[in-house]
Amino acid sequence: MAETTTHVAEPTRRDFLYIATGAAAVVGGATLVWPFVQSLAPDAATVAAGAPVEVDLTPIAEGQIVKVFWRGKLIFIRHRTAEEIKAAEDVNVASLRDPQPDSARVKEGKAQWLIVYGNCTHLGCVPLGQQGEYHGWFCPCHGSIFDTSGRVRGGPAPINLPIPPYTFTSDTKIVIGQEATA
Amino acid sequence: MSAHPTTYVPKSAFGKWFESRLPIAGLIHSSFIAFPVPRNLTYFWTFGAILVFMLAAQIVTGVFLAMYYTPNAGLAFQSVEHIMRDVNYGWLIRYLHANGASMFFVAVYVHIFRNFYYGSYKAPREVLYILGVIIFLLMMATAFMGYVLPWGQMSFWGATVITNLFSAIPVVGETIVSYLWGGYSVGNPTLNRFFSLHYLLPFMIAGVVILHIWALHVPGQNNPTGIPIKSGKDAVPFTPYATIKDVFAVVVFMIFFAYWVFYMPNYLGHADNYIPANPAVTPAHIVPEWYFLPFYAILRAIPDKLGGVIAMGAAIVIWCFMPWLDTSKVRSTAYRPLYKQFFWIFVIVCFLLGWLGSRPAEGWYVIASQICTVYYFAHFLIILPVLGFVERPLPLPNSILESVMGVQKGGAGIPAGANPEPHSKG
Repeated sequence: MAETTTHVAEPTRRDFLYIATGAAAVVGGATLVWPFVQSLAPDAATVAAGAPVEVDLTPIAEGQIVKVFWRGKLIFIRHRTAEEIKAAEDVNVASLRDPQPDSARVKEGKAQWLIVYGNCTHLGCVPLGQQGEYHGWFCPCHGSIFDTSGRVRGGPAPINLPIPPYTFTSDTKIVIGQEATA
Repeated sequence: MSAHPTTYVPKSAFGKWFESRLPIAGLIHSSFIAFPVPRNLTYFWTFGAILVFMLAAQIVTGVFLAMYYTPNAGLAFQSVEHIMRDVNYGWLIRYLHANGASMFFVAVYVHIFRNFYYGSYKAPREVLYILGVIIFLLMMATAFMGYVLPWGQMSFWGATVITNLFSAIPVVGETIVSYLWGGYSVGNPTLNRFFSLHYLLPFMIAGVVILHIWALHVPGQNNPTGIPIKSGKDAVPFTPYATIKDVFAVVVFMIFFAYWVFYMPNYLGHADNYIPANPAVTPAHIVPEWYFLPFYAILRAIPDKLGGVIAMGAAIVIWCFMPWLDTSKVRSTAYRPLYKQFFWIFVIVCFLLGWLGSRPAEGWYVIASQICTVYYFAHFLIILPVLGFVERPLPLPNSILESVMGVQKGGAGIPAGANPEPHSKG
């Protein structure tokens, strides 16, 4: 049996050309796909429109939630009451799905101002303020519950409402989209 | 096609000249005129033709709508109202297209459950069947993107929720979503690309439909007995028998379609979609169109984001494995007394899931959705494989002819065990 099956043809120049052409086609094809895929990403105008926005906090009354947009994304600015702050702080952090103390979600000395993204971390609906078991937010779409710190406390949302980058430029003004520079 | 070589002989000199250069007349003759069709097909077998009609109707109405529609986030809603109020018969074309989508899904669900009932997915029709599942997925994508185009509240929030499903993918999810949006949220770039794809996908569906029909013409159609054509007496030629029956069914279906279009054109939609898109407010009850509700209920039944998305995808992907999950050798449920009961329970569970998908995600609705979701998957993963081993099927007729005309001369029916086709494992 062995004698009849061991014959192996020598690689020829044609084999080399086949492989070289095939490899060039694969690399070329992948290179050509790249610009098409990249064209789907946020374009230059969209990125440029993401410049920081300044928000004056003075008209926001205690207990009020105001909606603003930055980079087309909804952001909640919540002027929290003393009870809401206390409720957010008096939580056993270890018991949370996405453990984070309230102090890590506000700026030091500005515990009354909670600034979070306004889209549910489940599938992006806008949760309703001052509703749900913890009077933080309740998402009407799929029932996620957030507390007065914007942390997920129930429902399908996997993580807390994220905090956008922002900085206080004075006691009553913030700039969203810009982190404080040291 | 392959199973039925053409016997077409062109009559005219031009016909002969043309046929020897492009044998398309022979292809049509062998596929849609001389093609043998089981003589016992019921009206459930006309839904394929109804679906071809619906695809054509959607493409024609859609091409006209695209002439008057503006795919721009600032203008889209206005342009749809322009179609409704100013364009001559624009209201009719838009209502035909919007309700046509629902009619398309009505027909496809009948087609799918006919396939489930009569075991059409089993060998040798697995590829034909999987092509059908691919068409269904393309239909879902097309319908979803079409629903986004009017840029109302339901359009915007439906787009947000569905694109966010991809954010459940670990690590790369957020990047994928921003590439879908072309921005940091659903916006103008999203609307533009959805319009482009909504126009493209129906033609891709048409391409897969051709493959689907090609794959159908290799083994031929299944039929209510599930046993194959064994002699010429079991079959009739496609034309005129199937042609006229299909045309009649399409006409009856058009009456049903017209009822919705002319008497309750907005019944299947949501009033919220007549409110322009507002990224700051989500409608209180955000629900998809009726044809997505069972899958939406499965999504919401799982109290975990990634798990819910996987379960929803698996609910359709699992269909592809049915030819191998179903261990019974008998195709038609008419001869499977146990499976017949489970089939109807499955149908009821699907309707229940649809209803639960339309309810808010709270209280006992969630628990009921979870029970139905477990049953849905158990039907495929437990009931289908086990029944093939424990069920004792009824005796099959010897031929399609016998099932239609009764047993001919020669006395009593032959016992089940003597059937030429194996139908039972024990």
